[in-house]
Amino acid sequence: MSSRFKDQEHLIRMGVLLLAGIIVFFVLRGVMVPRDFGEYGHYRGGALEDNRARPAVYAGRKACEECHEEVVAARKGGRHAAVGCEACHGPLAKHASDPAAAKPGRPDAKTICLVCHLENVARPAKFPQVNPLDHGEGKACSDCHKPHQPKIS
Amino acid sequence: MTSKSDRREFLRKSSKFLLLSGAASVAYASVAEGQPEKAPNYRMHDHWWGMVIDIDLCIGCGNCVRADKAENGVPLGPKYFRTWVERYHIPPGDLQHPEKEELPVVDSENGGFDGFKEKYKKGDGSKNFFVPKLCNQCSHSPCTQVCPVGATFESPDGVVLVDREYCLGCRYCIHACPYGCRYLHPETETADKCSLCYHRIVRGLTTACCEACPTGARRLVDLKDPNDPVHEFLKMHKVHVLKPQMATGAKVYYNALDGSVR
Repeated sequence: MSSRFKDQEHLIRMGVLLLAGIIVFFVLRGVMVPRDFGEYGHYRGGALEDNRARPAVYAGRKACEECHEEVVAARKGGRHAAVGCEACHGPLAKHASDPAAAKPGRPDAKTICLVCHLENVARPAKFPQVNPLDHGEGKACSDCHKPHQPKIS
Repeated sequence: MTSKSDRREFLRKSSKFLLLSGAASVAYASVAEGQPEKAPNYRMHDHWWGMVIDIDLCIGCGNCVRADKAENGVPLGPKYFRTWVERYHIPPGDLQHPEKEELPVVDSENGGFDGFKEKYKKGDGSKNFFVPKLCNQCSHSPCTQVCPVGATFESPDGVVLVDREYCLGCRYCIHACPYGCRYLHPETETADKCSLCYHRIVRGLTTACCEACPTGARRLVDLKDPNDPVHEFLKMHKVHVLKPQMATGAKVYYNALDGSVR
């Protein structure tokens, strides 16, 4: 039986090599590409879960208000009522999950108020600003203004 | 015959049990952590996250920058920011030309982490204001398009995230972002960026920067939630996004954005 092509053997060899290459590619791909790749798009679906897994550092206002009802009452109707607790008291998720484990410190009234209220031309003109050199005679702000209800009545 | 149907029944039951107990255990863990137990019931396709920033309310206190670094473990120092605040200064003679490219004097010492020291004089006729910046959570983001390995992507709920395990650290996305919102994390050697506090928003919390913002200048919004006040806000205000000419589909809306802001 004469072969149809002159170099049939070469062609078969090449075809087998190509097929083996394709098989190796798909096997390697199956091993190396994670199962969840392409679940939602061209990325690893598990990456969403990885991003979610981080613990929160800021507890959120709701968590604070669950226990500190007296502060909610003290702040009611005041200029600072809308300010988040952790804006001044710092991140306190640890304290929220175990009140005994992490005790929040008391913010220093001589510096914390000026973070927002120090005079600066780039601040909106309507926003209340002070120059501590000509206001308050060097006293701590909290001597006159109660931080939770800053307006002096 | 019977054994086959038994097997199917067994598989169905056990998978149900596994699924339910998994959700319940996640719920229990989040309750034990003192977090709202929203995460297990979180459905990505019900949300489309964005942010609204009111420049008229920003006082440049830097609370957002500090909160973000604390929440997300962003390295301290002036090169690494997921969010930062810029101060714009437009001298009196230049007020009439907000379109000139070289005009605005922008400074952002340490990204506003330490606040802003007074630099300009009151009553000199100049215009000064703060602009908080963060990832614009683009819906057609240039950074995800250039990633060669699919390590950064737009999630089904509209947040651009980074897969730290997949990222090669090739920095292509850092170059591609027209807003300069990405950096290379020095420890992991992977690209990092604002994740819109994805770990918080899926639990029903707001972002750390919004939590710490004392004036409410920035607000997390869910554009798919019909009860979100954002719809009213967008209707009643003249809002803008940064660099609309780049067609990035940015979802961080700025109210009272000046034409000079780049």
